[in-house]
Amino acid sequence: MAVTAGRPVRGALLPPQVTAITSTRAGSLAIFIVRRILWMIPILFFVILITFTLMHLAPGSPWDKAGGRQLSDTVVNNLNIRYGLNKPVPQQFLLYITSVIHFDFGLSYQYQGKTVSNLLLESWPYTATIGVLAFLLIIPVGVGLGVLAALRQNTRIDYITMGFATVAASFPNFVIGALMVVAFSVLSYKATGGNFFLPAAGFGADDHLIMPVITLALLPIAYTARLTRASTLETIRQDFVRTAWAKGLPERLVVIRHILKNSLIPVVTTLGPTFAFLVTGSVIVETVFSIPGIGRAFVVAIESRDYPMILGTTVLFSLVIAVANLVVDVAYVFIDPRVRLT
Amino acid sequence: MLQVEDLHTQFFTSRGVVRAVDGVTFHVDAGETLGVVGESGCGKTMTALSILRLVPDPGKITSGRILFRGREVTKMTDEEIRDFRGNDVAMIFQDPMTSLNPVTKIGRQIEEAMTAHERFTETLARGRVIELLKRVRVPAAESRVNDYPHQFSGGMRQRAMIAMGLSNEPSLLIADEPTTALDVTVQAQIIQLMKQLNRELGTAMMLITHNMALVASLCQRVVVMYAGRIVEEGPVEQIFNSPQHPYTWSLLRSVPRVDEARKDRLVSIRGLPPDLSNPPPGCKFHPRCPFVIDKCKTDPEPSLSEVGVNQVARCWVLMRNVTEEGVEAAKASALSKDAAAKLKAPVMEVEGNAGG
Amino acid sequence: MALPVAANIEDLSAWEVSEKQIGLWSDALQRFRRNRLAIAGAVLIAILVLIAFGSPLLVHLGILHDPIKQNVDYIESGPGQNGFSIGSDELGRDTLSRLMYGSQVSLAVGILVQAIILPIGLLVGLTAGYFGGRIDNLLMRFTDIWYAFPDLLFVLVVVSVFHPSLLTIFGAISLVNWVGLARLVRGQVLSIKEKEFVEAARSSGSSPAKLILKHLLPNSLGPIIVTLTFGIPNAIFLEAVLSFLGVGIQPPTPTWGQMVFDGYEAIYANPTSVVFPALAIGFTLLAFTFVGDGLRDALDPRMRR
Repeated sequence: MAVTAGRPVRGALLPPQVTAITSTRAGSLAIFIVRRILWMIPILFFVILITFTLMHLAPGSPWDKAGGRQLSDTVVNNLNIRYGLNKPVPQQFLLYITSVIHFDFGLSYQYQGKTVSNLLLESWPYTATIGVLAFLLIIPVGVGLGVLAALRQNTRIDYITMGFATVAASFPNFVIGALMVVAFSVLSYKATGGNFFLPAAGFGADDHLIMPVITLALLPIAYTARLTRASTLETIRQDFVRTAWAKGLPERLVVIRHILKNSLIPVVTTLGPTFAFLVTGSVIVETVFSIPGIGRAFVVAIESRDYPMILGTTVLFSLVIAVANLVVDVAYVFIDPRVRLT
Repeated sequence: MLQVEDLHTQFFTSRGVVRAVDGVTFHVDAGETLGVVGESGCGKTMTALSILRLVPDPGKITSGRILFRGREVTKMTDEEIRDFRGNDVAMIFQDPMTSLNPVTKIGRQIEEAMTAHERFTETLARGRVIELLKRVRVPAAESRVNDYPHQFSGGMRQRAMIAMGLSNEPSLLIADEPTTALDVTVQAQIIQLMKQLNRELGTAMMLITHNMALVASLCQRVVVMYAGRIVEEGPVEQIFNSPQHPYTWSLLRSVPRVDEARKDRLVSIRGLPPDLSNPPPGCKFHPRCPFVIDKCKTDPEPSLSEVGVNQVARCWVLMRNVTEEGVEAAKASALSKDAAAKLKAPVMEVEGNAGG
Repeated sequence: MALPVAANIEDLSAWEVSEKQIGLWSDALQRFRRNRLAIAGAVLIAILVLIAFGSPLLVHLGILHDPIKQNVDYIESGPGQNGFSIGSDELGRDTLSRLMYGSQVSLAVGILVQAIILPIGLLVGLTAGYFGGRIDNLLMRFTDIWYAFPDLLFVLVVVSVFHPSLLTIFGAISLVNWVGLARLVRGQVLSIKEKEFVEAARSSGSSPAKLILKHLLPNSLGPIIVTLTFGIPNAIFLEAVLSFLGVGIQPPTPTWGQMVFDGYEAIYANPTSVVFPALAIGFTLLAFTFVGDGLRDALDPRMRR
């Protein structure tokens, strides 16, 4: 959601203490944050509602084993009672909402006795590690390449970096992942007789991380680089850059304080979607590289119809993305002094 | 103090070579205010940018010399020109809203102009910023220093730019259309301010404008440019009273003057400025000149010749050779030509993407 | 060019529209043609279309192996072995013909999804933009909710829950992609509403609706086309991911994502079974991206001056 002027505060009806708060920028910022957080609630509610509805619209029951023996009716009945599936659907929904507020996502269907929260807690460190590493890679590399291409416009560096960016942005990450595995695990293994290769599966704090992180980060890097380049090119043409040169400022100052400080603003707004991409991308990357993170747990849950797990993961992902977007929007307010908050 | 000799600045575009500055020679003495007038696109801004070597791509200074106190600006190294800009010669631009960095505080922008040249320490600079803002009559300067450009009004932004330009006490301040982007009332204030500053500081000024009234109130000498060349030059009073080049004459005719008889109609210059990548043959002004003779269409313009005390002009005809009847005829015919043109013209000209 | 003096506003605006339209298209075509990458992309897409339509014919003529026919004797052949030009997969099916057939699914997904999105997006966008006010607010909040849903997750959930079939897959992918188009159309309607001649028409009593529609088309056709073109690789990508995760279009219909998925199991033994479908997906997406870029640059009104 963009940060723009919204509806004006109904100032005349508010007590003077509140108007005193809103008149300062810090005060407006606080109110803005509170409003955004409050806004997240109905959105999340709808996300849960939609997902929940989908679960229960599904034909068949979660106990239908695909292609295997069917469980007997008594067993199914017991399972239904145990997991509360025999209650009317709206009631189930309400129960679910109340437990979600307490961060209880219910029991997993596939792993007897384990709660969804447990499963999530177990898997999130892996996902977080790769996600954070990817993010730390994206910003410097993406922005750096973009700035480089812009400052050296129409030279070979420009064409090479932008060409690479276009290609990287078009190949889906499982394609890149698979190709990387072929190149760096299979072929290099065969070529070097087993001496050099990157592990294609599993998780460890070493070269296990290289390929997954790069695969995850590649598309956002490409996208960020292209955006940074476009934005910087446009900024360079602005009048105030000419003023900066006319003042006799050294090149470094012009580039950093005048060009970049302006051109990076649109890039910041894409950090939210980038973050969302890292979240959804983890689903694919963890599957390709067999990493036991939340993404892969989600895929497994889907395959085994583990509804609470599916629901819980979706809610968690949506929450994380919403929070990330909020953080980015708030950061944007700090970066661009022209933004009005009321 | 500043000497420009036969300056040529050209743009190498895909449509051809545009001769933006086509052999310009003039000088600015210490402390004087020189006006540079002409229509948009006549090369006045490019001349100024050339002096600071800020010509944008795909333009280049192709030949000529620019001498500042004897030093060749065209041959300066990168470090020397950086020192030169904003310090010896400063320039302020037309639209203060777009010419100021929107995300940096105004105080900081003025400050960096000073600290970049190491003439002031940071603390000294900060104090001086407030002083400067006061000097350009920005109210509440102490708190305004921490404001951003969008929090200033148009007039205040221009004042801030002037403050920025003068911060290093340059010998020459080039002002490119300093009032064009402002409201009329604010324009008057800025003009007042510039007069005052000129008196107080004695900085030389090169005032680029198409507004003759501005020239009249601020300048001692004026240079008239057309299609990249100087067509007339001389002291302001003389130029205003007896302009010799038909273009200058037409420019002055198109400004209403309080001291003239009411029934003297305004004469607008018909036609459009020439395409500088493909100029007309002969004198570049001839298609629009009310006094054109055959020679103007075939021979290139003459070089500047003396037409008065310290006044030069470049014309085969020269106004002093035009009879009274000729002048009246020109006024009448120009007017009827214009009026006729208006009747035949379309109500709405759409070229390409109007209103898209 | 002398024009007759306008008699009333309707005439004038009609003239304005047609002149712009002619200029826009020929100009755009010219610019597109100069963009070599876009042309390359377009050529590749044309080839793909030919392959998609032509491969059943080739199988019928016996030139190409049947993509579905399994051949237990010849599983996991390498390139050139056993009469398979590229190789065969773990069930003995010919990789080349499966590759070629896979283009059918990819193109179908890409284009059909856009066909579904177009009316939905148009309708919502037009409604929101034209009526404004509370309807607009409501619809925009609705799209916000949709935005909050990570698209891949939603598609995965829907498809897995309802059993992957052409209907569910196409439907799910469409559901996550229509928002962009709706927002675009709404923006266009809003900006046209602001123009002065609409005010004039309204004050003179005529309905601005027709005027808006008349102007909507030429103005927004460009961005709509670009959005749809960029939507195609997105749809293909989602389908490929679904297949890769096993919940896409089910066998025996060959899809590239599926081929990557199957081939991944045997990646050490037979890497080509992964590489070729992976590259096919990548280059197809690249082609559509180039074409989309080319179209966007060609139709960009700012660059026309």
